[in-house]
Amino acid sequence: MRIPKHADDNLTAWWGAATDQKQKQRSDGGSGDSSSSDSEAGTKKLAKRGEELKDEMDSLIDEIDEALEENAEEFVKNYVQRGGE
Amino acid sequence: MPLPSVIGSEIEYGITVVNDRDFDPISSCVLLVNAYRDPDDAEILWDYDQENPLADARGFNVEGEKYTPNQQENIARNKTLKNGARFYVDHAHPEYSTPEVTNVIDLIAYERAGERTMESARISASSLLPDGQQIVIYKNNSDRKGNSYGNHENFLISRRTPFREIVSRFTPFLVTRQIFCGAGKVGSENRASPCTFQISQRADFFETEVALDTMVKRPIINTRDEPHADREKYRRLHVIIGDSNMSEVSTYLRVGTSAIVLALIEDGALSQDLTLTDPVRVIKEISHDPDCKRDYARESGSRISAIQVQREYLEAALRYFETRDPDPIIKDVLTRWESVLIRLEDDPMQLHREIDWVAKRKLILEYMSRRNCTWDDPQVQMLDLQYHDLRPQKGLYNILERRGEMERIISDRDIDRAVVTPPDDTRAYFRGECIRRYGKAVFGVNWDSISFNLGEDPIKRILMNEPLKGTRAHVESLLDECPTAEDLVRSLTI
Repeated sequence: MRIPKHADDNLTAWWGAATDQKQKQRSDGGSGDSSSSDSEAGTKKLAKRGEELKDEMDSLIDEIDEALEENAEEFVKNYVQRGGE
Repeated sequence: MPLPSVIGSEIEYGITVVNDRDFDPISSCVLLVNAYRDPDDAEILWDYDQENPLADARGFNVEGEKYTPNQQENIARNKTLKNGARFYVDHAHPEYSTPEVTNVIDLIAYERAGERTMESARISASSLLPDGQQIVIYKNNSDRKGNSYGNHENFLISRRTPFREIVSRFTPFLVTRQIFCGAGKVGSENRASPCTFQISQRADFFETEVALDTMVKRPIINTRDEPHADREKYRRLHVIIGDSNMSEVSTYLRVGTSAIVLALIEDGALSQDLTLTDPVRVIKEISHDPDCKRDYARESGSRISAIQVQREYLEAALRYFETRDPDPIIKDVLTRWESVLIRLEDDPMQLHREIDWVAKRKLILEYMSRRNCTWDDPQVQMLDLQYHDLRPQKGLYNILERRGEMERIISDRDIDRAVVTPPDDTRAYFRGECIRRYGKAVFGVNWDSISFNLGEDPIKRILMNEPLKGTRAHVESLLDECPTAEDLVRSLTI
């Protein structure tokens, strides 16, 4: 039987992972405890990642614009189905 | 203990022909089903004798006309495939019913095999159309003009489980599960209150709590009592409330958690009363709240959010399995269920790689902010529809998946295998292998029977009313010993 790769995790592993990630994001965001150079590096890193994400999203939206049916208004209006089931 | 799980799904797809002013859905569906070619294809009837869609689970028959097409029409509208699935024309929609499977991972593989089958038939059928026209198929549930088509999940349950227990204990679950398996929709329809975006494609269409109908006045709990198996022992619970999902994680949770909750109900392991006041209204209110923050009145007097209702079911399931050893898939479904509920509570938008309605909503929001448009813009309505387009280059879900933006549960190889191979561990193995080995001699098929035409003799029908018999382990050596259908029928009827 094929099971997903994380199937051996115990029931709280996801919970743990979700919490870790959140804490990590918070400290990356610059808490009062970290030194100012750490915090600067962290901010730069975050800004860089933010830009990468924005570029990826721009490229996705461009691809989707290419894929979208021409004359959307007409297309959507003409899409009429009979009730099924 | 509840029965071992046997599940399957039936999905109706939306269909249109681009650039065809006289588009006729029924003839397009017939063209589509007939254009699907596979090397072991044989002309096989769908055996309507075995069906009774007018039997009601509350213990009576409803008057109505049963549909029985003539032989030629029957063959033109039905294909039983060598993976044990049925690909056919249902009213004005192409439909794919998966073979019976025993777990949700196999269910995803066969549902997605259905998408592949539709797409391959679509390409063949489109090549027969005049230049400039092509068939387009959508795995969604609404045309946004008040017409809906279904996604039905089937769960084998014991006839001993009182039906009223299913109605009272399953309804709050079904009403709230959309928060992780809705497919998302722009706007509302069917006289529901206006909104910009909602969680579910189907919620607007549910008008009553319990009924036999699936096409008008749709019920939250459908009472069709057609077990396609030994009716003394089994029911087939026909769940009609769900959206068709593109995302594997949404399907995994929708079907996986439902099977778990049914097992608990069957085993009498759900003690809390989660009954919601006016579930028909609540299902729409939940759908219209993509922040998942509202709460709803309970019969007991207090109020509860959709996430909290799901948490109650999850906690009952965790307690239930504490003293049992759940199989790895159930264990994994529980883990994901918990993780998704936690993140929905925190911020639903985190789930854009897993949950259909969130993926679609994020895509539309990003599009609107970059292209400076609003919810009623035709481009946005096009995004809503095209998310479900099955074409690899045009379907927006497919584009997201190809770019690695969606989490997967299975691999493309699992899907390829499911297109051509039946599951090993249900009667679908016997059905699929009979078609592969003796296709020309197979006369008719239904879920619980297969009949052979051996020339001179009357048609021989073999009943298969036990869904967990006819597995590879049971029948492979028998099939190997029978080079012809005559040999098989002889060895089974002696």
